[in-house]
Amino acid sequence: MERPAPSLPPTLPSPFQDWFASKGWAARDHQIAMVQRAQAGRHVLLIAPTGGGKTLAGFLPSLIDLSQTPASERPEGIHTLYISPLKALAVDVARNLMAPIEEMGLPIRVESRTGDTNLSKRQRQKANPPDILLTTPEQLALFCAWDGARAYFANLKTVIIDEVHALHGSKRGDLLCLGLARLQSFAPAMRRVGLSATVEDPDRLRRWIAPRPEVADLVLGTPGAPPRIEVLLSDQRVPWAGHSAQHAMAEVYETLKTARTALVFVNTRWQSEFAFQELWRLNEDNLPIALHHGALAPEQRRKVEAAMARGELRAVVCTSTLDLGIDWGAVDLVIQLAAPKGSSRLVQRIGRSNHRLDEPSRALLVPANRFEMLECQAALEAVAAGALDGDPSRSGALDVLAQHLMGACCGEPLSSEALFAEARSAAPYEDMSQQDFDDVLSFVSNGGYALRTYDQFRRIVIGQDGLWRVRNPQTAQRHRLNVGAIVAGATLNIRVSSGRHGGGRKIGEAEEWYFEQLTPGDTFLFGGEVWRFEGVSGMDARVTRSADKEPKIPSWGGTKFSMSSHLAERVRDMIMDRDHWQQLPGDVQEWLGAQATHSAIPAADGLLVETFPRGGKHYLVCYPFEGRLAHTTLAMLLTRRLDRLGVAPLGFVCNDYVLCIWAMKPMGGLDLDELFQQDMLGDDLEAWLDESVMLKRMFRHCALISGLIERRFTGAEKSGRQVTFSSDLIYDVLRKHQPNHLLLRCARADAAVGMLDIRRLGDFLQRIVGKVQGISLPKVSPFAVPVMMEIGREAISGAAQEAILEEAAFDLISEALS
Amino acid sequence: MTSGDKAPVRMACGSVRLGVNGEAVVLRPSGALWLEQHQTLVVADLHLEKGSAYAARGQMLPPYDTAETLRRLQAEVDALTPQRLILLGDSLHDGQAEARLASTDIDQIDQLSRGLELLWIIGNHDADGPRHLPGQTLDEITIGTLILRHEPLPAPQQGEVAGHLHPCAKVVGKGRSVRRRCFATDGQRLILPAFGAYTGGLNLRDAAISPLFAKPPIAAALGKDLVHLIGWTRLVADR
Repeated sequence: MERPAPSLPPTLPSPFQDWFASKGWAARDHQIAMVQRAQAGRHVLLIAPTGGGKTLAGFLPSLIDLSQTPASERPEGIHTLYISPLKALAVDVARNLMAPIEEMGLPIRVESRTGDTNLSKRQRQKANPPDILLTTPEQLALFCAWDGARAYFANLKTVIIDEVHALHGSKRGDLLCLGLARLQSFAPAMRRVGLSATVEDPDRLRRWIAPRPEVADLVLGTPGAPPRIEVLLSDQRVPWAGHSAQHAMAEVYETLKTARTALVFVNTRWQSEFAFQELWRLNEDNLPIALHHGALAPEQRRKVEAAMARGELRAVVCTSTLDLGIDWGAVDLVIQLAAPKGSSRLVQRIGRSNHRLDEPSRALLVPANRFEMLECQAALEAVAAGALDGDPSRSGALDVLAQHLMGACCGEPLSSEALFAEARSAAPYEDMSQQDFDDVLSFVSNGGYALRTYDQFRRIVIGQDGLWRVRNPQTAQRHRLNVGAIVAGATLNIRVSSGRHGGGRKIGEAEEWYFEQLTPGDTFLFGGEVWRFEGVSGMDARVTRSADKEPKIPSWGGTKFSMSSHLAERVRDMIMDRDHWQQLPGDVQEWLGAQATHSAIPAADGLLVETFPRGGKHYLVCYPFEGRLAHTTLAMLLTRRLDRLGVAPLGFVCNDYVLCIWAMKPMGGLDLDELFQQDMLGDDLEAWLDESVMLKRMFRHCALISGLIERRFTGAEKSGRQVTFSSDLIYDVLRKHQPNHLLLRCARADAAVGMLDIRRLGDFLQRIVGKVQGISLPKVSPFAVPVMMEIGREAISGAAQEAILEEAAFDLISEALS
Repeated sequence: MTSGDKAPVRMACGSVRLGVNGEAVVLRPSGALWLEQHQTLVVADLHLEKGSAYAARGQMLPPYDTAETLRRLQAEVDALTPQRLILLGDSLHDGQAEARLASTDIDQIDQLSRGLELLWIIGNHDADGPRHLPGQTLDEITIGTLILRHEPLPAPQQGEVAGHLHPCAKVVGKGRSVRRRCFATDGQRLILPAFGAYTGGLNLRDAAISPLFAKPPIAAALGKDLVHLIGWTRLVADR
């Protein structure tokens, strides 16, 4: 980077000054600030954009401290522990850190340790710890359950947590935060350092990083130049519905040609497969375009990452797997296919391009349908205004606490008072009640059942010294095999068949349900190639290469993210404000105009409800703009009410913007204020939830994380199906005999937040009180067309579906506009 | 022609009546078998105290499985008032299960046995039978043209009624699959589903099943309140 090296402040020792000077760099202000905070012994949160030398800023104080004490005079043990959410990042940082260490000739040993690290290296690290260890949250949970962890970490000086913004609001973050509390008790003087991208509420992260009630100091990096974002205004008409953005693919390809290297982000794996295939269909110049998503085999992903690092690729089509991670200097364009769903995610993705702070990042948003056109425009304006999505506040999950308490008692004997105080020093648990803690501890010990027949079989037992400890070494061993807060859905390995019994090369994995809809002989797209499904043996889906150009069974998954409240509000405002329409493409303006003529434009803080007959059925379409999850919950609850009102509802469909319910009888005459009354979140919700399959799935997750059910056994692993089956049996029995059991409470809480968006739905119902506007129409309205086109979409499969859809769509559109 | 030769009939209570080796049998949605002519109720594989067996190894499954299983069994007894109740083996999950029974569950078993003949057929999990519980322990028993034992003998058997395998039927429709406990019969022999609250299952399409039958069996799968007869060709394997 070309910039003069000014004289450095005296806080950097000479080898470091010389090193910066030799690079022609100046240490940045925030790097200096990090060194000063370290000297003051402060916990600190650094918020800086990508490319701001954030990682080096995090490590600089440790490198300086280590360089000033000869290895022989240092206390034994790890000096600095670095924790990253991504295995690949831990490995990559090790490489990047080696450059300054070697160039300055510093006597510092750096090693990484992830789930992939082999046994002999792990044993060596335990016997002979490096100065700096780079690892993942799951490894930290494992360290906490080590016998002897206290002595091993006694001299730990610093722990650095990277990508805090991505970790903090999840169960993984809860487990990490508890792990940090454990480390703090091993090494009371340990300093915590958090590294984060820009967030809406830095104070929340400052509290999260520090042992409560302390708050970490905040250091801000220099913000980069504002990004240059455009929304693709296609020459083609923007489709009414769909998620593939196929209409714009030729223009996307032309844009790729103007970039050195581009990242093409999509929202789901299947969209990535589709986009990859479409781009290669157009790829007359044979540009090196690669594919990267979470289901590909790790070796395959590593290959793509390595080719990217060497600058050999022109484009990578990717999912959220590349939202975080390794810096690739060469990326100069980010394309977002289909709407980004939130401004924070968009900022994060745009940050992946052009890691030179003084030049703007370049990004192109490609809306896949008309509502997404509005959403992309809203996102663009949000980023320009520096407005990010707020995270809803949440308290720490109790199933995670159960796992942590078990681990702590595997490591050493502890009193319940010490465990309680330690857990409450972790921010997510700072407001936890004594009662909740006691329930969790009792669950860990004997299952926490009202029927106390298991007292003789406790997993942790209390000794005469009043301290809890694990019952025996076998129980501790089994716990260590099962640490972590990531529960994957049941997946099968996809293997190239080498005969009847499988055993061929693994090309990736996919969810079990996907294969249930295939019969042997069906072809599908994976990793950019068409495969023939041969059958399933054990945990393997056997496939062979297919000569077909078109897969028989494509997947049309929509987005897995729900649109953020913040973007939703912007979209609502935009629709209501006619002056704003002029910034939208012509066909979208026409569409909005047609809606105003044929129905009405929804008011920003009210709710428009349309009812109309079509094809012998009666439809109710409303426009909350509150995201798919909240809409699905609302539709379930409305359906129950409509059923009681005797209109015989038949089904519903939702997307991020709209929900549509159809019934045997007309719904125009209903009292809408009553229909949308807030009390639906009471008994109706309870009753529906208890019957739902979703709650069983949530329960399974809680049962796995809390250790009620084990995922891994020495030797073999139970298949996903077996675990599912047994957790369902447990759920049924527990619900009947102890409905307030800790794990059922956990499952309900998780469902309310993760799957139902109850809080958002509650805010919505509150907002629209007295502002529900009902319109009885003779036929479908222009705004209702997209959601009507999604009816039955999931049931349609095969390459013909877009055509079928198009045809169906054509009728609807002419009806709406006539 | 006896009633046992007739085609399967769905009864008002949701059960299915069909013939096995010439004997009329009623397959109940609960998974119990009702031999009406002999006033005999049969259930297989209760696996009482399976939960506490896991707890003893450090996995704290909810301890309510025995109570739940006995509650369902009592409901069947109340509905049918049989003269004889046969537990078709693996009634206790292991040799120590009896000692782990809660006193309320022992009382429940006492109540079950009142006014009827209680027979414990031994299984591989409970080879010694109960020591202190009421009832009589047997290896097997013949009723009409049927012989009832826990573990099915290999190769097709005329008139055998057994448990042990915990059969389950899986069907796929509308992109989803449903897997339920089931009876399995080819009209000559009958395999019962497991009745216990914590009992998993073996897919009927598993290789262990078909050698037992002379012709492909049909599944009588347990729905919420109905028994559903499902032909062999509609069944799918677990993957």
